[in-house]
Order: sequence, then structure tokens, then C-alpha cells
Amino acid sequence: MRTLALAAAALGLALSALPAAAQETPPLPRVFWSFEGPFGTIDQAAAQRGYQVYKQVCSACHSMTQFHFRDLAGIGYTPEQIAAIAASVQVPGPPNAQGQSSPVPGKPADAFPSPFPTQAAAEAAFNGAVPPDQSLMANAFEGGPTYIYAILNGFRNPPPGITVPPGRYYNIYFPGNLIAMPPPLHDGAVTYADGTPATVPQMAHDVATFLYFVANPHADQRKRIGVHVVLFLVFVTGLTYALKRKVWSDVEH
Amino acid sequence: MAELGLQENEFKNPVVHWIDARLPVFTAMHKEYRQFPTPKNFNYFWNFGALATVNLAIMIITGIFLAMNYNPSTAGAFDSVERIMRDVNWGWMIRYLHVVGASLFFVTVYVHIFRGLYYGSYKKPREMIWMLGVVLLLLLMATAFMGYVLPWGQMSFWGATVITNLFGAIPVVGHGIVTWLWGGFAVANPTLNRFFSLHYLLPFIIVGFLVLHIMALHTVGSNNPLGIDVKGPQDTLPFHPYYTVKDSVGVCVYLIVFAILVFFIPHQPLLMDPNNSIQANPLQTPSDIVPEWYFLPFYAILRSVPNKLGGVVLLFGSIFVLFFLPWLDTSPVRSCRFRPIMRWLWVLFVIDVFVLGYVGANRPVGIFILLGRIATVWYYIHMLIFLPLVGKLERPLPLPESISKSVLGGGALPSAAAARPMEKA
Repeated sequence: MRTLALAAAALGLALSALPAAAQETPPLPRVFWSFEGPFGTIDQAAAQRGYQVYKQVCSACHSMTQFHFRDLAGIGYTPEQIAAIAASVQVPGPPNAQGQSSPVPGKPADAFPSPFPTQAAAEAAFNGAVPPDQSLMANAFEGGPTYIYAILNGFRNPPPGITVPPGRYYNIYFPGNLIAMPPPLHDGAVTYADGTPATVPQMAHDVATFLYFVANPHADQRKRIGVHVVLFLVFVTGLTYALKRKVWSDVEH
Repeated sequence: MAELGLQENEFKNPVVHWIDARLPVFTAMHKEYRQFPTPKNFNYFWNFGALATVNLAIMIITGIFLAMNYNPSTAGAFDSVERIMRDVNWGWMIRYLHVVGASLFFVTVYVHIFRGLYYGSYKKPREMIWMLGVVLLLLLMATAFMGYVLPWGQMSFWGATVITNLFGAIPVVGHGIVTWLWGGFAVANPTLNRFFSLHYLLPFIIVGFLVLHIMALHTVGSNNPLGIDVKGPQDTLPFHPYYTVKDSVGVCVYLIVFAILVFFIPHQPLLMDPNNSIQANPLQTPSDIVPEWYFLPFYAILRSVPNKLGGVVLLFGSIFVLFFLPWLDTSPVRSCRFRPIMRWLWVLFVIDVFVLGYVGANRPVGIFILLGRIATVWYYIHMLIFLPLVGKLERPLPLPESISKSVLGGGALPSAAAARPMEKA
């Protein structure tokens, strides 16, 4: 018996003495998001600013194939605004009698067009390092939007002794520190319609909020329903437990 | 009353009476789910079989609706899942239910198994229930593995590549088997097609084995926390309403947990690996290929052996050894409540499986290699040495005379402390 207790204690010690995993990158910064927690919702003004950053900066290189113009309704755009946004973009049109397709103005039901006609064209333009699609980017990394925010703010001059090869940039949050994306944001890169000063951290925060919405367009609705579902289930559990007590009241147990 | 060839029954409703005389389903239900004499001293750990059954139903129902909108091709799978998440009415909820349900299925099944281990539910006369349970576990693992491949994310693809390659360790025929499994020379469209087909098929085979599992249970009767035999009607209660209502309480609590995961944290990395939000790319290996949490202990066993074939043998052996558990455990006492040594070994075994899971989640470097090897050896020592040996050496505590005597506080043989008060349910 004593040996067993000792073995258990030794095991506990061995577990607590485990070294922390080797860190290549600093821990992600602590960032507040409006959509955190069970009651958090997406800040629509921030998401709209983020859409502006996406449109004027990110979309030059990154596709967002799963997202449709109509989905912008989720961050507060009206149907008229969405129709106008879609019409301002050229999308591939239907083939004509010769089988040739020419660009036409977009409609709300269209997906966001990609900056490159094919994957091969993107590979050719970027020496193989194709900018990843942004539809699910906010779910595709541990840390989600915080990781996106960190990367956008993580560009630094390389420390002495580190040589950065051509076509690579030094980023403290990127695994291995050498990222193929040049620093996309600089202060004043966009002029916000609502007058918010367009600093790099501000734009990074806004675009990460937008990308969280793009990856999770139903997140607000999901949490709202969830509150009702859980409350209902707690109520039913109470009733069921009371019934159980009543049924078992005549049993010695 | 008894006409030639008709089954007698006492149902008052004429329609029910007529049907039951020709197809005695109502009599069967009455016998198996109403009268079925059930030990009166179950604790809430006896809920988990019912919870797993409810979970299976949720998985089949949500799965049917997912399959209606899913495109099992390497070109279309990822996009079709995204379409479900974005555009199909309530698609996001159906998919999150299916994703979270997969993890909770293993939670319920693992608790169910460890409960069986603690209370000796695998011992005579319940060997067949137990072995059918092991078959169910294997089927569940196969179904979960193939289901995980279907969204065609990075972890789907690379997980499928790693796991199917395990069969390549078999001498001589290994590579042929892997090619046969893949339907080609890599995990590709034929693999995805057959995994989709099998992922739809296997749940119904699980239903079949579940029926057998329950038939075997209803033949020999349930075990109970004391592990002693039912001595008479004073020890049992009819299944309905006593255990239907008690299971319902468990199901309600379990649904609350389910709902919290589905509606508030479905993207918790244990439930959905972030890498699976990136479409499968055969030219780009993720930095860490980690299986889902429910496979991590087995993954740790696989990696703890520096030889591929050896690792694969120990991996599959760790599950197949369960088939022999009823004969490996030599103790005549079922419940660990009365086994002063085995109850602590059981605790250590649970810790051991958690350690294996922890090791499986980390890269095999440094301390994790040693820890994984110790935990793997401990797993096998528990199964192959402790269970047979301790059963012979241990002096069990005196057993209570009967379930009802124990419940009423009297009746325990010399040591009254041995009969612990039943938990107040």
C-alpha cells in the first residue's frame, strides 16, 4: 500500500517537473475582443472598418472564396449598401455564345472574387508562397483573431546575426520568424469613413474582428440561441430531478 | 382467449392487443424496459450506458442531415462543409452537434468502460456483454477516425495518412494492404469516397452490436456497485419508472454540457483542431500531426516503441487485451469497493491512461519519451500481471449479505464498515 502511494507521489512529481515546451515565438499579446465570452457580440462598427481594411489592403493578394457580398448584412450593411458594394466589383460573367466570359458587375449573391484567376497564377506571382484564403483564417490558428492581430503587429527589424533572405520578412510571432508577407499595414494606410485614426494596431484589430466574423458568420446568433437552450435545459433538469425524487420517495435506497 | 397460434397478452387497448398477439413487441418492451428487474443500488455512473445510446442517436440523426449536403470528393468536400456551416439552414448547429457529439461519445463510453473496470462488470456471467462492448469500442473508433477525414482539412488528410500507414508495418503484405485501403498510391479521392461510405455504414453496425450488448445484459442482469448477485425481488426495482427517470436526470445534465460546448465553445481546439480549418494540402505537412484527444493514449503507446511494427502491435494489443479481461482478472470479488489493493491499482490505471493522453499530445522529445514508455509498460503490467496476480494475493473485505441488507444498514458480515452507505441519489 505504501509503495503504491509512493509510486503515485513520484508520478505526480514527474508530471509537475515537466519543462514547458520550447518557445520559438513570444506568447500572444493579451487583446480584448468584443465577441469574447458567452455573451460577447461582434462589434459591427469595428467589423465594418475591418472590411474597409480588407478591401483596400488584404484583398490585393488574399482570396476569400467562401464569403458572399450578401453575408455583409451580418455586420450591419443595408441591402442597398450591399448591392452597391457588389456592383462596384467586377466578377466573372456567364459565358457568351462563343463560350467566352467577360467581367460583369457583381450581385449580392456573388462570392468575393479572387485576386488571381487560378491557383497556378497565384503560385507564379508569389514564387509558390500563395497568400492563404481568408475565409476561415480566424479559425485556422491557435489564438484565432489574436494570432492575426499579433502577426500584423509583429514585424520588426531582424536582431543582429539573423539574415533575412530576399522575399522574406522578420516577424516575431510567425513560427520560424521568416514570413513571406511584407508588412501590409502602415499608419494611415486607409482613411476610415468614421474618422477613427488609422494606426497599425487599430487597423489590425479591426481587420481581425472582420475576419472573425467572416469565419464565424453565425457566432452572435449561435450564442444568443445557446443562452435560451441552456436556460431551458436547466429548467427541464430541475423538473426531472424533482420527478425522480418523487418516484424514488417510496424506495429505501 | 387463446386462439390457435396467437400470442396471449393482457393489453387492454384492442389495437395493441391485436398487434401484440401477432408480433409481441409490446410484450417484449414491457418485459425488457418496464418490468426488467434492476438492482436498486445503482449510482449515477450507471447512467453512462444510456448516455452513450442517446449520443449514438444524436450522431445518426445529425449525420443523416449532414450527408444530404456533403460532397464526398477531394475537390468539393471542404467547400461543401463550409456551405453547410454558412448557408444551409441550421447547418452550423447540425455540424457542431455532430462534432461535439463525437467527442462526448468517447467521454460517455470511456466513463462507461472505467465504471465497468471498477465494479468488475466484465466478470462471470457478464463476459459476453463486455466482449461485445469491446467490439463496440473498436467500431466506434473506426467510425470516428473515418468521420474525421471527411471535412478534408489538413488534419483530416494527414491523420488519415499517418493512421492508414500503420498497416504498412505489417511484414511482407503491409504495403499491399495500405495501397488496397487507399484505393491508390496515396490518400486521395477513392479513399475519401470509401471512408464516406463506411462512415455511413458503421453506425448501423454499431446499432446491431448495441442490440446484442443489451440482449446479453438482459439475459444475465445488471451488475451493481456492490458487485454481489441479486438475491431476490427485495434487491431490485422495475426498470420503469425508477431507472427511466434516473437516466432522464443524467440525460438532462449531459445535454446541458452538450449545449454549452455546441453553442459557446465549439472551436475549442480539443473539439476542432485549428488545422482542420485549412483545406487538405498533400504538399504541405502541418508542424504537428496530432490525432483527436480520444486517440491520444493509444498514439502515445504507438510512439513509445522505437520500432514501427512493435509500436503498432502494442497499439492494437492495448485494445485487444481487453477481450481477455474476464479471464485475466482472477479475483472472485467483482466490486473494487471490497478489493483494498485493486481499487488503488484502478486509480493508478486511470492516472496512467491520462498520462498516456498527455504524452500523446506532446512531441516525443525529452521527458515525454521516458514518461510514455513508463506509462505504456504500466498499462500492460496492469493488464497482464496485476489483474491475475492481485486477484490471487489480495484478501478482499467481507461482502454484504445482500443488496437490500446493505441498503438497510444491517446485514454486513463482521466488518460493517465494508458495506458503505449507498450514495444518496
